Amino acid sequence: MSILLISASALSYELLLIKLFSIIQWHHFAYMIISLALLGYGASGTFISIFRNKILSNFKIFFISCIVLFGFCTILCFVIAQQIHFNVQEIFWDKKSFYILLSYFLLFTLPFFFAASAVGSALSYYKNDISKLYASDMLGAGIGSIVLLFSLFIFYPELVLQIVSSVIFFTTSVAAYELGIKNKKIFLFLFLLFLPFVIPEKFIKPQISEYKSLSQTLQVNGTDIIEQRSSPLGKIDVVQSVKIPFRYAPGLSLYSNTVPKEQLGIFTNGEGMSVITKFPDSIKDLSYFDYLTSAAAYHLGKINSALIIGTGGGGDILQAIYHNTDYIDGVEMNPQIVDLLKGRFSNYSGEIYYRDNISIHISEARGFLKQNSKKYDLIQFAMVDSYGASSAGLYALNENYLYTVEAFKEYMNDLSQNGYLSISRWIKIPPRDSIKLFATAFEALRQNNIADPRKSIILIRNWQTSTLIVKNGIFSQNEIINLKEFCQSRGFDVVYYPGISKDDANKTNILKEAYFFDAVDSIIDSDDDFFKEYKFFVEPSTDDKPYFNHFFKWKTFNEIISLKESGGFGLMEWGYIVLIICLAIALIISFIFIMLPLIMSDKIKKVSDSTSFSKTKIVLYFFALGIAFLFLEIAFMQKFILFLSNPIYSAAIIISSFLIFAGLGSQYSKQMIDKNGHLKSIKIAISCIFFAGIFYLIMLDIIFDHFISFAFIAKVILTIILIAPIAFFMGIPFPAALSRLGKVSPDLIPLAWGVNGYASVISAILATLLAIHFGFTVVTILSIFFYIAAVMIFPNDAQPAAR
Amino acid sequence: MGAFLRASLKSFALILIILNVSVYGAVLDKHYKAQRKKMLEVIKEDVKETSAYLGFKHLDKNVVNAMDTVLRHKFVPFISRYSAYDNRPLPIGYGQTISQPYIVAIMTNLLELKSSDTVLEIGTGSGYQAAILSKIAKKVYTIEIIEPLGIKAKKRLQELEYDNIDVRIGDGYFGIKDEAPFDAIIVTAAAGHVPPPLIKQLKPGGRMIIPVGSSFFLQNLVLIKKDKNNRLLIKQILPVAFVPLTGSH
Repeated sequence: MSILLISASALSYELLLIKLFSIIQWHHFAYMIISLALLGYGASGTFISIFRNKILSNFKIFFISCIVLFGFCTILCFVIAQQIHFNVQEIFWDKKSFYILLSYFLLFTLPFFFAASAVGSALSYYKNDISKLYASDMLGAGIGSIVLLFSLFIFYPELVLQIVSSVIFFTTSVAAYELGIKNKKIFLFLFLLFLPFVIPEKFIKPQISEYKSLSQTLQVNGTDIIEQRSSPLGKIDVVQSVKIPFRYAPGLSLYSNTVPKEQLGIFTNGEGMSVITKFPDSIKDLSYFDYLTSAAAYHLGKINSALIIGTGGGGDILQAIYHNTDYIDGVEMNPQIVDLLKGRFSNYSGEIYYRDNISIHISEARGFLKQNSKKYDLIQFAMVDSYGASSAGLYALNENYLYTVEAFKEYMNDLSQNGYLSISRWIKIPPRDSIKLFATAFEALRQNNIADPRKSIILIRNWQTSTLIVKNGIFSQNEIINLKEFCQSRGFDVVYYPGISKDDANKTNILKEAYFFDAVDSIIDSDDDFFKEYKFFVEPSTDDKPYFNHFFKWKTFNEIISLKESGGFGLMEWGYIVLIICLAIALIISFIFIMLPLIMSDKIKKVSDSTSFSKTKIVLYFFALGIAFLFLEIAFMQKFILFLSNPIYSAAIIISSFLIFAGLGSQYSKQMIDKNGHLKSIKIAISCIFFAGIFYLIMLDIIFDHFISFAFIAKVILTIILIAPIAFFMGIPFPAALSRLGKVSPDLIPLAWGVNGYASVISAILATLLAIHFGFTVVTILSIFFYIAAVMIFPNDAQPAAR
Repeated sequence: MGAFLRASLKSFALILIILNVSVYGAVLDKHYKAQRKKMLEVIKEDVKETSAYLGFKHLDKNVVNAMDTVLRHKFVPFISRYSAYDNRPLPIGYGQTISQPYIVAIMTNLLELKSSDTVLEIGTGSGYQAAILSKIAKKVYTIEIIEPLGIKAKKRLQELEYDNIDVRIGDGYFGIKDEAPFDAIIVTAAAGHVPPPLIKQLKPGGRMIIPVGSSFFLQNLVLIKKDKNNRLLIKQILPVAFVPLTGSH
């Protein structure tokens, strides 16, 4: 039970830290810190390997101490980290920031080190119950992820942190009871339960970086947070600015005669500002919405029905209202934002969400469209990313299924005859997003067997935003005349329309060269060299490689680094660099700390030498297993996420299903080993993983296509049914090999535990990296390869140790 | 070795700053002056490399003079003084930064200021950009939205005797009607767009410059020229010698 609680707390803590640091700093920073902190798991293996004898002879004290220290560290490390001033944006300018980052990483390694030391030492101590213990570890982690999800709905993340810490202290008493410690004083630990709650709020409350939009906004006189919401999707702050209006209208034409008036700012995790606009007395006051590039589609033809994806504060809905759209459907994935517009700020926003001709759906876009049979004259995507994060390339690691070739093909099916798909994005110079978007849409048109895709696509821009329009049909001369008139009167540039010549491009917002036109022209001419020669990665994004925001190319790296101080910093795509730095650190640390116990511990040498177990084989086996498990989990996770189409529940359902069924597999592994022996059990399990993996690789898309329009609950059940068998068998190879080790070379158990820990960290980072470059299918195939490699490596030719 | 020497000199300078003993004042001034010269050389070199984008090969001598005479170290927090002349942005508190000197120089140059010009700046920050502008133009109006930052900048500029700078605190969206029109405007586009009212306050023949992106990750500069007939011409300038297509080299 205590192992289950430790693992549940550790996983909850890990996910919670990512949430908290996404609020305090930025998501990529959170990702970096936490993924590296998990090296604490590996470090525990190294530590136990070196001090194994001392630990095992004082196991009970060690085990309890680890849990207590885990409890203390969960909360104290967070409090200390909050006291360290750190600006993540400076890291590439200033070495000092890099050292601070390193201290963050070391700080958060501690709690995971103690949690893993408790579990790792228990595996060594109870070497005959490894299957059971590992099962508890997996089940605990699975339960932890689900419990955290629901906790984040009810409580603010800082309170959840206190609860997690308290649960860990409670675990101390459970452990004491399970270990049969009779000393009543041990139950004094129960008093620790309250400790996390006596820490003053100011130390626990996330202190948002002063460089995030929310902090900067709150520096302005007369601003105040008037509403807060929190959910697993993030923390929402609604800000009122009584003295100086927000006037948020990204990319507003310089020729606009009206400007935004009263607005409320909505910040998600302190960033990504959108606004709720006060509904004006006169609709004319909304005319500035007609001076955005996103208004172009309304000038091409009459829009009777529109679907707005990502309604946020309702700006695009207002734009549709301004253009007299008869019927509007809106899709928003965050229920709390919808609740703001329907609840407290309903009057403020003119009750637009209650209008008869407007329906708002809480859903993910592609999931909604799969279940919806309506056709629209316009499908419009709101600009959802914040400019700051977008310009620094911080979304590079985020999978984005909205802008993939497959997604575009689906959108086209949901347009009425002659309907438009309109997507607006921030501009980057040199162009990236707009070009990749164009390439993706163009590829979708090609794959849809459109006779001449060049006649169905348009791209316009100003100096700050671009809008891509794809038509379900061919653009007429009239539409092109309207488009030109729209752009000319607003100071926008046409980048591409059917029949454009270079002279028509780059006329108002002038770049040194017509970069936008040249890029688009190369794509249309199927100039394959363009994608190779362009210094950013702008090839179409697909469901298999859904990294729309990944633009980095290694061949440009040196050039940008050499230009860093002469204005070149804005060219770097930092999200990808963060990933590489993480991988490098993880590899170096893993290598050093895997080698360390091998060199330092004479015991290991002695025992290993006395048997025919090869240390190298043990390291390789558990390393391969660690890599394979997470590769497979991550690769299938993305497929199931797309299938479930629910941003809140998908990840938690998939992760917990994998962990829980792997836990059950581990539980069952003991019976399997008793019946078939270790090697055979591993071979059976890996054979099943191999066949299930191949089956899913071929069949999953077909199954999903068939069931995608089913109700969410039915899809959840199907997901669990599909994950159960493969996860069950994935839970067997680790405990089976570990228990074999327990019989032959128990001294090597901590090493195996540590290696598996290091491999898990490397695996998570490497899976993302491989998916970016080669796609998830390759990650799946590699995972199966690693499983096969593991079974071939597994050393089973040793005699049990004499002692 | 060079890096080590540089680091040692910096540490030495820092010690001097911390000691803040008047006897070292002259030494420090000399040190900062040398740093400023070095900074200018770096900027000039960068300008040369980026000239194809910027549209000029050399900085105007007035801009060079301004960059050489404004004491940048007086505009950064005490703790950051040792880095004041590094070609990098620096935090100044309140989540704001003082821009990279190279960017300050080229933005100023792009405004093509004359000694008779009146300039409007939206976003005072530390006051450094205003100080540079004031060395060239006749009058500089600058508006800061963050009150404590504006107060500090005002005090600093007064102490440094920049008499032709008028610091105001508040909303810069509508510019300053009473002082309009301006020959040049420099503005950070906080609301995601350039305020159209500011365009109206730009004189025919005037220039407006907008840095796009954050101080740490500057993306590009937008230069808006208003011709004699009030027509707008917008140029997007990549402030770095970078060609996006390999083949175009």
